[in-house]
Amino acid sequence: MDLILLAEQILNGLQFGIMLFLMAAGLTLIFGVMGLINLAHGSLYMIGAFCAAAVAGWTGSFTLGLIAALAGAAAAGALIELVVIRRLYDKDHLDQVLATFALILIASEGTRWVFGSFPLFLDIPEALSGPVMLPGGIQYPLYRLALIGAGLGVAAGLFLLIARTRIGIQIRAGENDREMIAALGVDIDRLYTFVFALGAALAGLAGALVGAIQSVQVGMGEPVLILAFVVIVIGGIGSIKGALVGALLVGLTDTLGKIALPGLFGLFLDPAQATQVGSALASMAIYVLMAMVLIWRPTGLYGVRA
Amino acid sequence: MSRESVINWIVLAGLVAVPLWAHLSDEPFTITLATRAVILALAAVGLNIALGIGGLVSLGHAAFFGIGGYTMGILAHHAQTYTPVMEWPLLIEGTKSMPVIWGLSILFSALAAFLIGLLSLRTSGVYFIMITLAFGQMFYYFAISWAEYGGEDGLSIYVRNGFPGVNTLVPIQFYGLCLVALLIVLGFNAALARAPFGLALGAARQVPARVRAVGLDPYRLQLLAFTLSGAITGLAGALFADLNRFVSPTMFSWQLSGELIVFIIIGGVARLFGPVIGAVLFVVLEHWLGGLSDYWHIYLGLMLLGIVLFGRGGVIGMVAGRERSHD
Amino acid sequence: MTEPVLQTKGLCKAFGALRATDNVSIDLRPGEIHAIIGPNGAGKTTLIAQITGMLAPDSGQVFLDGEDVTRTPPPTRARMGLGRTFQISQLAMGDTVLQNACLGAIGATQRQWRLVRPALRDPELRDRAMAALERVGLSDQARSVTAELSHGQRRQLEVAVALTLAPRAFVMDEPMAGLGTEGSARLTAFLDGLRREAPILLVEHDMDAVFALADRISVLVYGQVIATGTVAEIRADDMVREAYLGEEA
Repeated sequence: MDLILLAEQILNGLQFGIMLFLMAAGLTLIFGVMGLINLAHGSLYMIGAFCAAAVAGWTGSFTLGLIAALAGAAAAGALIELVVIRRLYDKDHLDQVLATFALILIASEGTRWVFGSFPLFLDIPEALSGPVMLPGGIQYPLYRLALIGAGLGVAAGLFLLIARTRIGIQIRAGENDREMIAALGVDIDRLYTFVFALGAALAGLAGALVGAIQSVQVGMGEPVLILAFVVIVIGGIGSIKGALVGALLVGLTDTLGKIALPGLFGLFLDPAQATQVGSALASMAIYVLMAMVLIWRPTGLYGVRA
Repeated sequence: MSRESVINWIVLAGLVAVPLWAHLSDEPFTITLATRAVILALAAVGLNIALGIGGLVSLGHAAFFGIGGYTMGILAHHAQTYTPVMEWPLLIEGTKSMPVIWGLSILFSALAAFLIGLLSLRTSGVYFIMITLAFGQMFYYFAISWAEYGGEDGLSIYVRNGFPGVNTLVPIQFYGLCLVALLIVLGFNAALARAPFGLALGAARQVPARVRAVGLDPYRLQLLAFTLSGAITGLAGALFADLNRFVSPTMFSWQLSGELIVFIIIGGVARLFGPVIGAVLFVVLEHWLGGLSDYWHIYLGLMLLGIVLFGRGGVIGMVAGRERSHD
Repeated sequence: MTEPVLQTKGLCKAFGALRATDNVSIDLRPGEIHAIIGPNGAGKTTLIAQITGMLAPDSGQVFLDGEDVTRTPPPTRARMGLGRTFQISQLAMGDTVLQNACLGAIGATQRQWRLVRPALRDPELRDRAMAALERVGLSDQARSVTAELSHGQRRQLEVAVALTLAPRAFVMDEPMAGLGTEGSARLTAFLDGLRREAPILLVEHDMDAVFALADRISVLVYGQVIATGTVAEIRADDMVREAYLGEEA
């Protein structure tokens, strides 16, 4: 196989994975601290993308768009947490699934109502457009490279936040023992709202960043949400490290599967058939990965054993 | 007679009377709506074995619905194009016979449910929810990329399949078939809930430690429940495909999985007819609110939030983890 | 000497630095009630969990009828004849009393794969369940929803479910917990007769019951068995008095 193509695909996989990490990190934090399964996390991703596209379209500034995405998604997250989500912490998972499913319906239709059914487009900023030449003669879009960088930066920031700051200590305490954070004199309500808004902001940021390379439309969040679930199942619920490892594994498996499997079947099938069978199976690759992890470690790579 | 059985009889009478009335006053669209409601109810009744008795919150039942649908689509597609489904290692021809299609739909969806259950039942709680959702999505993407059977566009079947002794092209007769299927499955569910298996499964949801202590394995009980559940939802998928004479990847969509749970919750988890009432209400709302506003899902969402947040827990109280095992 | 029905050899289980079970070797012989006593935190619950298979020991073995069941999962141990009751009642609160007893009968007969005929119309299941309820004095409550039972009645139902299994050995985790004087006395009388059917490994805090019932007593302190003997021997043991009984006297 062409090495340059392979390198390109690995970079694509990293870029995809790191965006999945932004989604999965918020989800896994919310689950770890509050014990909540949030199906509406994909809606926050969508809200971020729409905020970015609307503001960037209006002002012409990608940076302002990103700020709007972060602020909009965080605000939406805080609002949802205050109005709905905090009533769900004591309920069982079925209630959480239903209520957050209802939130998806409301958010999606609401967005369609405001913005219509046609996709919006978010342009890549001038400074980051065009390809860049990497060592080894690999031409790669600068924007995608910037995504990898930005994502890694956010990941590092998140690890620092949790490892080094006061709020991080509270989050870690909350994951271990809810009564302990109360004993520490922490305002639990505020901590929960903060964690939810933080997760929402990460999702919104991912939505905005990805929105510039895909179209911004209603329903864009849920496929990403489900992939983020796969990431969490692989990495283990509540573990940020697991989310990072899982996200990169899923990103790489998906992108590499899409080029490797048709090639593999090309060895013993005719090209047209090989492409068909290969791509059909490639679409299943990450789920097969998830299944293998489940057989090996039902609680995920970094999950706590129950 | 208890209040619940009164409601059941009223629903049953409505399921017979309304389509008959529509037939006599020549309103085929109403019959189609009723057929849709009955088939969706069948799918949800299937899910209710896992969810209602077993407490297994599966967010991936669209997988089985889609497998049933595609089983019908593929067999009928080959029959209408006069091509074999496969020639090697053995020759399999397509078919337009409903009994054969139903049998195979049940078989394949049961097999898929068994395999998915085998893996996902190793976990519980949120893991189970996320994993079933993910496997459902796997089938969705697989169907999209399966170009031979229409990929994203799906498959059209030109003539509805046949059932011996019934003219399935007449809406009311096809409706009758679907209703009979629903009633048979409801009867099976009613028996199942009281049979030793149902009793043990319900106990495995409430007090797994006790179930193990009397020599029963919750995992195996849940695996059979999940398999039966998937098989019935698969049958509903085959009927749904026949109703629309069309299958597409949307039959695998995660929204459908969510809606099936919604039917059960609207109607009441603990009730035999809960999913039926939920599905009928959903189809009526979809038709009525959908006619009033393009954005009717907002109202559905608000209604659902209301039920979950302020429903006094009564409707949902039966499901896993609600009852406390000690005082 | 007759072969023990149930036996542990050198069971060890540690949680971090805490040795919850430290080299515990005990046995249960036919026809006897062997009581395990000890202060809270002595490791009684951990020991029961290992005997019933809910928890795997770090080392040591568990034998049931001479067969090594250390790695055998709880359902299999139950089928081999280990009947247990729980310290905190494990009952399906939404089901009726009869259904709860019937669950035991289903386990005993392995009829869980019967999908159609109602469990309560199966004469064998029904008779087994009713017989057990009758023995503990709950047959009048058979149709009641379990959640409506008093605490004492729930404790009786716990015992009834174990009875439906007709086990080779009983393991009872504080069956008297929360019972009043009268309830304890009735259950004591009942267990007294039950030992002829199958021996009972009894973990209990109620000392009156223990001294009235036990053929032998083992004292567990900090995960270790510090003494085993008859009621008289244990009462006379200085170490036991100091470590445990002294507090209660």
